[in-house]
Amino acid sequence: MTPAEIRNEILDILEDIAPDEDLSGLKDEVAFRDQLELDSMDFLDIVMELRKRHRVQIPEESYGELASMQSTVTYLEPLMKDLQKA
Amino acid sequence: MIAAQSTLNLPDNQRIVITGIGLTAPNGNSLGEVRDALLNGRSGVSGYEIRYVGKTLAGVCDFDSRKYQARKDIRRGTRAGSVGVFSANEAIANSGLDWENVDRSRVGIYMGVTEHGNVETENEIYELKGYDYDIAFWSHHHNPRTVANNPAGEVALNMQITGPHYTIGAACAAGNAGVIQGAQMLRLNECDVALAGGLSESIHTFGIFASFKSQGALAEHQDPTRASRPFDVDRSGIVVSEGGCVFVLERLDDAKRRGAQIYGELAGYAINTDATDFVLPNPERQSECIFLALRRAGLAADQIDIVSTHATGTGSGDVQECAAIRTVFGKSERTRINNTKSFIGHAMGAAGAIELAGNLCSFQDNVCHPTINVDQLDPECELPGLVLNESQEIDKPEYILNNSFGMLGINSAVIIRRI
Repeated sequence: MTPAEIRNEILDILEDIAPDEDLSGLKDEVAFRDQLELDSMDFLDIVMELRKRHRVQIPEESYGELASMQSTVTYLEPLMKDLQKA
Repeated sequence: MIAAQSTLNLPDNQRIVITGIGLTAPNGNSLGEVRDALLNGRSGVSGYEIRYVGKTLAGVCDFDSRKYQARKDIRRGTRAGSVGVFSANEAIANSGLDWENVDRSRVGIYMGVTEHGNVETENEIYELKGYDYDIAFWSHHHNPRTVANNPAGEVALNMQITGPHYTIGAACAAGNAGVIQGAQMLRLNECDVALAGGLSESIHTFGIFASFKSQGALAEHQDPTRASRPFDVDRSGIVVSEGGCVFVLERLDDAKRRGAQIYGELAGYAINTDATDFVLPNPERQSECIFLALRRAGLAADQIDIVSTHATGTGSGDVQECAAIRTVFGKSERTRINNTKSFIGHAMGAAGAIELAGNLCSFQDNVCHPTINVDQLDPECELPGLVLNESQEIDKPEYILNNSFGMLGINSAVIIRRI
């Protein structure tokens, strides 16, 4: 998957776990928590969805990498580059 | 402490009144809608399909869960939580309380449930099967969704209530048990406002249907609206339903001070236990429970205008309850006897509360709603005051007694006085 495809996948997951949020103006470099109402259970949802959809395992010590869209895509790129978009 | 005499002799700060009602039932999402359905013979039972069981019947609610919850809260929570949030918010709106200025630390939440956690557990295991039972795929939402206090806790979160909240697990007596718990806590001054009643999400667990089916107690009928038929010779069992009913309870002095509308006063109640069987009811203990409630209210049986029965449409259960009622009310010419499950099926933890609420309207309209779907009365269910198929106008009713019984032999009776 390309970085753009990974970004779209994260957006798709966010639409599921934060259905009341308008994601159209999401700023990639700003922390999710500073622009969306997300708590720790929501971040666990992102981790779980990546595991379920792509079998991507994110160790607990790396959860901090999911702070913003930019850091998430950067972190996931090497883990997902060989995956095909579903 | 409840005196073995009329509560009329108690000080107003020990007398408990109903000042608000919020509900969702298979035949209505407000007290007015439900009452209209009860007086006009409108069933809330429909065809239904659920995993593994396939096509069956159920009482399904169609309340607007988005009225009080964001999509995210609905996704994160449980169906029982949504039922509770809707019912509790409606009850507060109905009560006329100045909610913005109510001290939320003095509000208690007491929700009766038959069961909780089956729905989420079944769903998670179903999902897990797709991942070869690797628990790495088990949801972190499982525990907060399945803790036994979940439905009451969701109400607290939604309404920013910081007083006590918990559920009362009391099988199908839970609706009455919630009301009783709320009244007790008000009398103990643990809270100033009690949100009390019962909730059910049971139609979303296949296990409830499958277990009743294995027990030979799941209703079947070509016409869903005719499937729930307590007291009829052709009754075939229970129609499982979801629903919720929350009462706002207050002490009489508080209710008077704010000029609240009062639906009725809790005149007496009782809970006892068969201690004889997991499933089969015991009419002797049931009648003892009813007698105890009457004694605590300082009433004789012939002072009760309406008995709202628990009867679920099972072969044995209906006969046993009728035996208990015959023991208590067999000589009462005044008492009318009806059944709400014939309209909406068995709303499990919510049943007692919904059934009580629907009957409370009799204090305003002087009508006793019927038991529908009785084409041929089972002779063993013959009782002098049965109101069958058509509503009956009655003399100004003063007292309603609401039965609610459950598995493991839990019995409950609540008596409400017109005020």
